[in-house]
Amino acid sequence: MQLYIKFFAMHLKSQMQYKLSFFLTALGQFFASFTVLLGVYFMFSRFHEVEGFQFEHVLLCFAAVLMAYSIAEMFGRGFDQFPQMLGNGEFDRALVRPRSVIFQVLAAKMDFTRFGRLFQAILVFCYAIPNSGVIWTWDKVLALLLMVVCGSLIFFALFIVYAGFTFFTVEGLEFMNIFTDGGREFGRYPFSIYGKRILKFLTFVVPLALFQYYPLLYLLDREKNMLYMFTPVIGLLFIIPSCAFFRIGLRKYKSTGS
Amino acid sequence: MKKYSALFRIRFINSLQYRAAALAGLATQFAWGFMEISAFSAFYRANPAAFPMEFSQTVSYIWMQQAFLTLFMMWFWEYDIAASIIEGSIAYEMVRPLDIYNRWFCQITANRLARAALRCAPILIFAFLVPEPYRMTLPPDAAQLFLFLLSVLLALCVVVAFSMLMYISLFYTLSPTGVRLFIAVISDFFAGGIVPLPFFPAPVRAVAEWLPFAAMQNMPLRIYSGNIAGMDAFAGIGLQIFWLAALLAVGRLMMSRALKRVIVQGG
Repeated sequence: MQLYIKFFAMHLKSQMQYKLSFFLTALGQFFASFTVLLGVYFMFSRFHEVEGFQFEHVLLCFAAVLMAYSIAEMFGRGFDQFPQMLGNGEFDRALVRPRSVIFQVLAAKMDFTRFGRLFQAILVFCYAIPNSGVIWTWDKVLALLLMVVCGSLIFFALFIVYAGFTFFTVEGLEFMNIFTDGGREFGRYPFSIYGKRILKFLTFVVPLALFQYYPLLYLLDREKNMLYMFTPVIGLLFIIPSCAFFRIGLRKYKSTGS
Repeated sequence: MKKYSALFRIRFINSLQYRAAALAGLATQFAWGFMEISAFSAFYRANPAAFPMEFSQTVSYIWMQQAFLTLFMMWFWEYDIAASIIEGSIAYEMVRPLDIYNRWFCQITANRLARAALRCAPILIFAFLVPEPYRMTLPPDAAQLFLFLLSVLLALCVVVAFSMLMYISLFYTLSPTGVRLFIAVISDFFAGGIVPLPFFPAPVRAVAEWLPFAAMQNMPLRIYSGNIAGMDAFAGIGLQIFWLAALLAVGRLMMSRALKRVIVQGG
């Protein structure tokens, strides 16, 4: 842990060397998700509600998903860039060091420009939390916290799966983007609006809905059952198969040699 | 002209090499299109009267957008052009008997076309085969299809001419990251990349319809789907020609000024 904090400080310092570039990139990130937000706003100023969700309700899940994703991406960037690491042989060096492989990939890269997105999520929360009509008792606050924390862990697990695939293909696989980038983009609306089948898929196969749709129902008092509040925790089970998958890949690993 | 067509061919063939990447991309784009259409259909169910296009038009719009994504997305970036400016290998380009603006224009156009050529056919076939609410329809008549083809070509040229401005600005700034992302995001948004222009609130839409971004993917996609038809389509193509001419003129002017004062450091 101490070592991780050292890495953290190191990355932070190195990225702060180019301050202007850093802030411009962060600003770009901010605007990238801002146009998505604007799109949501345009849709709701026309339709007012969808599947019984109003603009402020949707903002809650927009911000929760965005925050979860940006936290996962900020720290899990190493897994996102894993194909490059594998391709240029940097990964071989990690294998000979006396630390866990996952830890080293994790510490190899952190990207703080994602702060632009995180900042956006915070702003949206600032608007949505008081305006959503939710009465914020302790259990609601806990549910929201669980959405963000477990959400970022689940996104993180998806990054690990993505990296795991590269053991077999060397190249990065674009189709994983549908769950990572796609999860972020489509997570702007509650997953139920995409239809029952997609909701089921996102509940039982790739558990994105577990930290988005079900706790949102609890927040909005549509479901009183406490179970809905803890669905994000159930979603954490996804980490087990994804880590296992990464390890299977690791066992198969042959160096690219360069 | 011959040398540019040769250049175009080289680039085109070069881009066709990455077939596996294209395949993986396809799966993503199918899924992406499905999700987008599902979202729009939820809004349609919520209030069909407030829907500004016909639903089938929106479906066609989204599938065509996925099929031709690589033609229009502003964030595709030619790293070797940017590198030649930043690292100074532009000096070699300047000695060659080729106009640099034309050369880059060809290169970018060819790369985008090649990527789209690989991707569009499977997506389109798929989009015509999926079950009903998701199925894509043909444009109402052949004339409309012809206008669409013309409009696609113009839109591609507008996109390339616009992105040329970003490359040329590198002569002055040397740092591509932040500003580039920012401009790409803005232009994709106002070109209808996130939400089609008809879904914009009226006052915003009134302005957006006249911006150069409206001459990008917005125009061909809406002409194909039949959302813009008849005289409006001709007016739209007129707008595209106007913006293309304007962007080409500005681009060439900026280029010649930038090249006059370019300093390549030795090494």
